[in-house]
Amino acid sequence: MEIVVLVKRVPDSEAQVQVKPDGSGVTVEERYGMNFFDSLAVEEALRIKEKFGGRVTAISLGPSQSVEVLRTAIAMGVDDAILLEEEALLGGDEYATARALAAGVKTLPYDLVLCGREAFDDSSGVVGPVVAQFLGIPSVTMVTKVEVEPEQRKVKVEREAEGGRELIEAPLPALLTAQKGLNEPRVPPVMGVVKAMKAQIKKLDLGSLGLGPEEVGQKGAKLEVLRYIEPPKRRAVKYIKGEPPEMVKELIELLKTEAKAL
Amino acid sequence: MEGLDAVVVGGGLAGLAAAYRLAKDGLSVILFERGDHPGSKSMTGGRLYLEPVRPYLPELWEDAPLERMVTKERVTAMAEGASVTFEFTSEGLRRPQPHSWTVLRSPFDRWFGEKVAEVGGFVIPQRKVTDLLKEDGKVVGVVAEGEEIPAQVVILADGVLSPLGEKAGLRGPLDPRYAAVGFKEVIRLEQGEIEKRFGLREGEGLAHLFFGSITKGVFGGGFLYTNRESLSLGLVVGIEAFAERLPAEMPELLEEFKARPEVAPLIEGGELLEYSAHLIPEGAHRMVKRLYGDGVLLAGDAAGFALNHGITVRGMDFALASGALAAQAVKEAKERGDFSTGSLARYEELLKGSFVLKDMEAFGHTSEVLAHERLYDRYPYFLCSLAEELFRVGAGPKEKISRTLWRFAKDLLLDSKTWKDLWRMREL
Amino acid sequence: MAGIWVYAEHHDGKLKKVTFELLGKGRELAQGRGEELGAILLGKDLDPLAEELSPYADRVHCLESPLLEVYNCDAFLEALSSFSAERNPSMIMAGATYQARDLFPALAGRLQKGIVVDCLGVELADGGRFLLRKPIYGGKALVEVAFKEEPQLVLVRPRTFPPAEPRSERAEVSKEQIEIDPTKVRLKVLEVMKTAGEKVDITEADVIVCGGRGLKDPENFKLLEELAEVLGGVVGATRAVVDAGWRPQEDQVGKSGKTVSPNLYFAVGLSGAVHHVMGMDTSKVVVAINRDPMAPIFQYADYGLVADLFQVLPLLAEELKKELGK
Repeated sequence: MEIVVLVKRVPDSEAQVQVKPDGSGVTVEERYGMNFFDSLAVEEALRIKEKFGGRVTAISLGPSQSVEVLRTAIAMGVDDAILLEEEALLGGDEYATARALAAGVKTLPYDLVLCGREAFDDSSGVVGPVVAQFLGIPSVTMVTKVEVEPEQRKVKVEREAEGGRELIEAPLPALLTAQKGLNEPRVPPVMGVVKAMKAQIKKLDLGSLGLGPEEVGQKGAKLEVLRYIEPPKRRAVKYIKGEPPEMVKELIELLKTEAKAL
Repeated sequence: MEGLDAVVVGGGLAGLAAAYRLAKDGLSVILFERGDHPGSKSMTGGRLYLEPVRPYLPELWEDAPLERMVTKERVTAMAEGASVTFEFTSEGLRRPQPHSWTVLRSPFDRWFGEKVAEVGGFVIPQRKVTDLLKEDGKVVGVVAEGEEIPAQVVILADGVLSPLGEKAGLRGPLDPRYAAVGFKEVIRLEQGEIEKRFGLREGEGLAHLFFGSITKGVFGGGFLYTNRESLSLGLVVGIEAFAERLPAEMPELLEEFKARPEVAPLIEGGELLEYSAHLIPEGAHRMVKRLYGDGVLLAGDAAGFALNHGITVRGMDFALASGALAAQAVKEAKERGDFSTGSLARYEELLKGSFVLKDMEAFGHTSEVLAHERLYDRYPYFLCSLAEELFRVGAGPKEKISRTLWRFAKDLLLDSKTWKDLWRMREL
Repeated sequence: MAGIWVYAEHHDGKLKKVTFELLGKGRELAQGRGEELGAILLGKDLDPLAEELSPYADRVHCLESPLLEVYNCDAFLEALSSFSAERNPSMIMAGATYQARDLFPALAGRLQKGIVVDCLGVELADGGRFLLRKPIYGGKALVEVAFKEEPQLVLVRPRTFPPAEPRSERAEVSKEQIEIDPTKVRLKVLEVMKTAGEKVDITEADVIVCGGRGLKDPENFKLLEELAEVLGGVVGATRAVVDAGWRPQEDQVGKSGKTVSPNLYFAVGLSGAVHHVMGMDTSKVVVAINRDPMAPIFQYADYGLVADLFQVLPLLAEELKKELGK
């Protein structure tokens, strides 16, 4: 099985984020790691490889620091890693990013493409399915169980859906996005981490991807970012004091009259 | 990894110095840090004295992210409603080399970790070393969250509590008598404002120590250090005394300290960036049975290398030097192909020949001296009352200075406790 | 040809509530641009649903095919993409539901257009451009974007907009001719498994009573169920209790669970970890009940009760029963 995993370097959920006063951008605290859902994808890819043999390649589009998450993937056991870091590729919307990633995937043999259900920073869940469309393969999102049948060129998946689950069968190659519950990602062994620190990360630029600068990055984006805004702040919490019976009475009164929530 | 030379446990200054020197000398080393990155669990007041450390890590200081060069030293004795401050400044603190620098550990240690990686050491954050790997009583590596990492030698720089130091049989558990706890706030203040407020030249800094009523009769003191764009302000109190005698909670103590008229205007308008606390060894070397064993060494706070001298407080320079010396000892041991206790005894030899053990031996008992209640009420009160008398001009006739001084001196000298204290203070 | 379209998602003969919320907003946007408001139905035997939508749109487009009887990404994608390419709407809106989040990104890829997911606001600006807002970094910031091309694909967070008011005018119902090439439908839906019991989709609930580890035992969730019942709401769960096996994954509120936006949210016995808060911070009114005064959840609540939930909940349920006359 040749498996490609799309991984993204995202801020930690606890990282402080501040909107710049002029709304031109955000300042994010220097706390980054591999997108949680992507680690599920990496883990699943490794399990499939361990069962059926083959290779796993991780690809990331991002600034040079994205090497860190590729190294984490290698430390976990991935065979190769590719970074798309060229300036022109960055700063695009999900569509343009997917365009570039798909071109990256196309440079490899693949039976299966895996990624997380969404990235922590944009929570869109768009890149995966758009990559699938560029590759001309079907996509299934929110996957919680994967059963590959390499001989039959099929994969059976369970996905989280409205009111329960769905059991879907897809021909290979296909793209799957991982949801929580798919697996427990392994902690990279120390020796893996050390090996990863020495590993060579392949870089692909526009030329190697066969793309023109107008197709990717901000130029290739279908969305224009106008400004960044501070989220509306809730007013400070009102503590309700007293013994439970009094608290309850006061709460109900406030919910009724002040909050008008009853 | 085949034949890993060393594992360093702890990404604080001792661990980083050890890993750095080892990697620079071409040995294979992995440093484990349980925090997000080296420095994320480190804390200092604080300020780093460079002169002792330069010989051990000469090339490091060119682009190190240090905060401000300290050119002003202040000490304040506080009584209730009064204080006396002594201020010192000198060209000698600037030239020929800056004497000391204020430091923020998170950026500094993080930078240092990157330097270690640059010279070929492996720094692995977010990984806790849970046990030592032993064979026939010898330490042959570590266990990190279930994974065994064999190595020729392990340098334990795992901090003041050093659980692994205990496991290695090199020291006992931390006795509350030998530790203090430091509480600190980092307060943001604009660069120019800091220079204006503290009367400093651009890029220069102030180190200010406080003692007296702020710790309510318990061993400890306050501190204020100027960083480039922030102030480090905090309190240190001895744990045992704190637990037994202190009426107030630590956060309250800190708030009272901040509210003092001597302190409040200095932090006015600042924005609280960070609040942290950390254990500080005080005379903790007494818990250390031995600094080395078969395949293992103890460095930094884990070895109790910290000195509170009253006027000077040191830990970081000890950590850096002991880490570097541990690396030196390991390098020599590798040359001999011998990592046994006998061979690693070289570590203690090197420490004895350096300021680390020399100063620890000379000043190791300062914490007892400084534990005396009178240092925190009687003497500050004495100084403040004397100053009050000297400066005050009342309605009636003024007393001659010599008379005032004589009066106060008599009062002090006739108290036998004073002589006892003076005798004790020779330790300082 | 233009047109503001609302994807009318339905399950088991019932239209999702968010459809009506989007028809309300869609009406406003359509009027602003002088375009037709269309509802798009995909499925089989769509007449009753078309009827139900009729007071809310100008036109209901029915795309019927046996291949659309059960949701299948490939089949729905074929139908919707060719219909959209044919009619060229200005915008297609859908609720950010499981189905739409599976279908619409693929649609964006197929049509080679942009898409905004988890939209929290749409405004019509000068020149007829739409400005859309969505949260980023788990809601720590918002970004305002505009599309460079049309159709603009927008997935809106449920309960962001109020439901539409029905009009006396009825929509025209168009039965659209669609041909789905079966060879293009590569996915096979083998089984659809619904969780037992009649359950309200937590993302549609008006009131959510959410519990965390402070409940100490799965049994104690009965207290939350009681309160939820009195309020006509549903019970949610934090990641911790879902991982512990106390509550099912579909009840999880949070970054790796569901994002909810009810009118009233009770956070009971939960600390308010950042990844949880990200799943509920657009709730209109938040009440936090926790014994620990330092629990971060109080920073995200409107009303805070530092109290023992085991004492407060039963009293609260009882008093509310009296108050609401249940």
